[in-house]
Amino acid sequence: MIELSHKKEIDWSGARVRIGDADFSCPFETGVEYSSPARGPWNIVHTGMLVPESHQIFVCAQSCNRGVVLTAAELFKLDRFSTITIEEHNILDGDTENLIIDGVKDIVKKLPVKPKAILLFTSCIHHFIGCDLKFVYDTLHKDIPDIDITDCYMNPTMRKTLIAPDPKMRQQLYSLLHPTDERDNGVNFIGNNFAADVHSELGQIVKKAGNFTRDICTSKSYAEFQQMAKSKLNIVTNPAAVIAEKTLQERFGTKSLYLPLSYDTDEIKKSVDVLCKELGVDFDTSSLEKDAEDALNKTEALLGKTKIAVDYTSTSRPLGLAKLLLTHGMNVTSVYLDCIIPEEKTAFDFLKKNFPTLELYATVHPKMGILPEELNRENSNEENNFTLAIGQKSAYFTGTKHFVNMLEGSGLWGFTGITKLMALIQDAYKNEKDTSKIIQVKGWGCCS
Amino acid sequence: MKQASSILSTYASDVSGVCSALYELGGMSIMDDASGCNSTYNTHDEPRWYSMPSMVYVSALTEMQAVLGQDKYLEDEICSAAKELHPRFIAIAGTPIPMMMGTDFTGIARVIEKRSGIPTMGFATNGMRSYIVGSSMALVELAKRFCPQSELEKNYAAKKKSKKTRVNLLGVTPLDFSVVGNVEKLKSLLEENNCEVISTWAMGSTFEDLMNSYKADVNVVASSCGLELAKYFEGIYGTPYITGIPSGNAATKAFFDSLQKAFTTKKTQKPIWLQDKSVELEKSVSKKQYIVGEAVWASSMALTLRKDFGLSNLEVLCPTETTEEFLGIKGRITFYEDDYFDLLKKADLVIADPIYKYAVPSTTKFISLPHEGYSGRTYRKDIPVVMGDEFQQFYKIC
Repeated sequence: MIELSHKKEIDWSGARVRIGDADFSCPFETGVEYSSPARGPWNIVHTGMLVPESHQIFVCAQSCNRGVVLTAAELFKLDRFSTITIEEHNILDGDTENLIIDGVKDIVKKLPVKPKAILLFTSCIHHFIGCDLKFVYDTLHKDIPDIDITDCYMNPTMRKTLIAPDPKMRQQLYSLLHPTDERDNGVNFIGNNFAADVHSELGQIVKKAGNFTRDICTSKSYAEFQQMAKSKLNIVTNPAAVIAEKTLQERFGTKSLYLPLSYDTDEIKKSVDVLCKELGVDFDTSSLEKDAEDALNKTEALLGKTKIAVDYTSTSRPLGLAKLLLTHGMNVTSVYLDCIIPEEKTAFDFLKKNFPTLELYATVHPKMGILPEELNRENSNEENNFTLAIGQKSAYFTGTKHFVNMLEGSGLWGFTGITKLMALIQDAYKNEKDTSKIIQVKGWGCCS
Repeated sequence: MKQASSILSTYASDVSGVCSALYELGGMSIMDDASGCNSTYNTHDEPRWYSMPSMVYVSALTEMQAVLGQDKYLEDEICSAAKELHPRFIAIAGTPIPMMMGTDFTGIARVIEKRSGIPTMGFATNGMRSYIVGSSMALVELAKRFCPQSELEKNYAAKKKSKKTRVNLLGVTPLDFSVVGNVEKLKSLLEENNCEVISTWAMGSTFEDLMNSYKADVNVVASSCGLELAKYFEGIYGTPYITGIPSGNAATKAFFDSLQKAFTTKKTQKPIWLQDKSVELEKSVSKKQYIVGEAVWASSMALTLRKDFGLSNLEVLCPTETTEEFLGIKGRITFYEDDYFDLLKKADLVIADPIYKYAVPSTTKFISLPHEGYSGRTYRKDIPVVMGDEFQQFYKIC
């Protein structure tokens, strides 16, 4: 095994900062980037698989196709996945439009079962080469009228100048919904990779108002997915899906509510009030809030001074979660994130003032490829001397076997979500997991 | 349509080949690509990522840099990281967008080397060719930059004789060998046959081991990734080379015969599968048998399968860059899915990575031979050790 003889000379500067000394919203240096082996977070292929009876076609160079085709291969879903490879001569010949059109037709002809929808992904090359995508899609819609075809994008080079691939993917999923004037009592959860918990406050309020929920994550067929167009209300809890919700509002005129995943009592109550007002019902959260407080206190009693690490893949509000745990006496020592979203500004300011020694770690800083060995050594996994991690990245970086395998909040929301999360934390405290094995699974929970 | 693939996968690309070849040597490899694009290499092309640290990073290229020019930015960020991490060398490898931008990787490497004082190599990869091309480039450039090349090293083996045959193994990466024991088995076979392995380019050897390559009597091209390096060493050190792997009894015999001949004559030998004259004399029959894979591995295995198992009509289909001369008359370059569907539907036996099974009729016998460079880690637990008689055992139980 290679010995990185130089590693003793490397310090943590640039990759770690106390929150008391951190800047909002980019606390770390930027530059070349590392990618940790924690592979649970979903990519655009996983999200695309949520559309039942759909087929994905990626049009990219070999190096770009490799990652996505093997994502599908690992899911054993190659029968729902195809590629069109851009070669060097296509760049020179300027025939990328025909390559896509002819390629898609050829693939459709070869598929044993005609899909209901095609998610057609173009890439950075098409953007730079000035490929006429409007012509491409117009032609395909005309020539293949019996399959819904939507435009999707794998263009990470444009992640700062256009909508980043992940929120764009969440937006384009719903572009496949057919417009309808029909409305029923359905309430959609929009933009989640994991089904929203229908037993949360939101689900309970919807039910109390005599309505019912719809979610792409639980749609079993393309026809069932299409029913989402009839719903009278859309609810978004993930900030990455806000653009999807806005687009649906524009297209269908459906009322939308952004009720973000939060660990703040006032914000949760405010969201509950907003939904109650919209659906015309009352909902008393006091007992649920008390349950959450009890669960927090029990967890604190169990964990004592156990170190806790949180990361941004577990929840869109890692600082908010850290604040909740710290204010309930738990020992959160580190949060792993690369930037801080605007919605976390309040939590950031609070922690900066009240818990200035809380350490923030980057996840993509190049030193993170080498230095976490030090954290691993500190974290012996022995009884009473381990870190409890919430999220795969913090589990990897701390080397712990005690972790909550949660991604994007795992559908939990509100006081009920906090209660359930505390149960997961208690379980992680009591029981070890095979961290290495779990985090290597790409797109945890997809197609399972 | 040639470039459309309805269900089959694609091979690891040239940029992954560069990073794979240099992974264990203490350097810092930068893929010049958008943020996140390195996860393909880290997840699917690099099994060592979970157990062995290495400085493989992505430049996090953005649209504005691509439009306005990224050279200065790239130089600054690489120099900054190198200053902190002290790599032995720096390698920068291109991807599709830098190719479209006309990025001058050689020039950027020169500037970085001047600024950082660290040897720097630029590779004009573009993500549109296979790992064979990238690994070949990286191994040759590494040798050019670092291997000693004085008169002392030239023809060293002839000047300083050894009781054992000293060999270097060239073109050894997990993309062909995986991490299931093939490297170790190959080395032990050589040692059992009175050979000393000086170095393995570049898996399981230290950087210092590689610098001793000039001591070898014979170089072994163990995959197509090592062919250009073998030619380079022949040029600078006068070391002859053989091509092939000892997979199965017939290939093992041919391999060691070839090695002995190269050692005795000091002359480079034809690939072991091209030395078998009987191949040319066989008559074709109606039903075909195919083995799909990288040229050196598939052709070596085919030799054993023809001679030891009577698969007289076995043809090699090679989906990665090679030449027809290298494959010989019983091999053909086959890149596209359409060709596989056409050929394999007429076969009565196919030996290939499990993903190719999608192109094979259910009535055709299919033997699964996973290849890390194709299906990544998906079927790694099923990748067999194919060196020596282990290949014989593998085929017998299939």
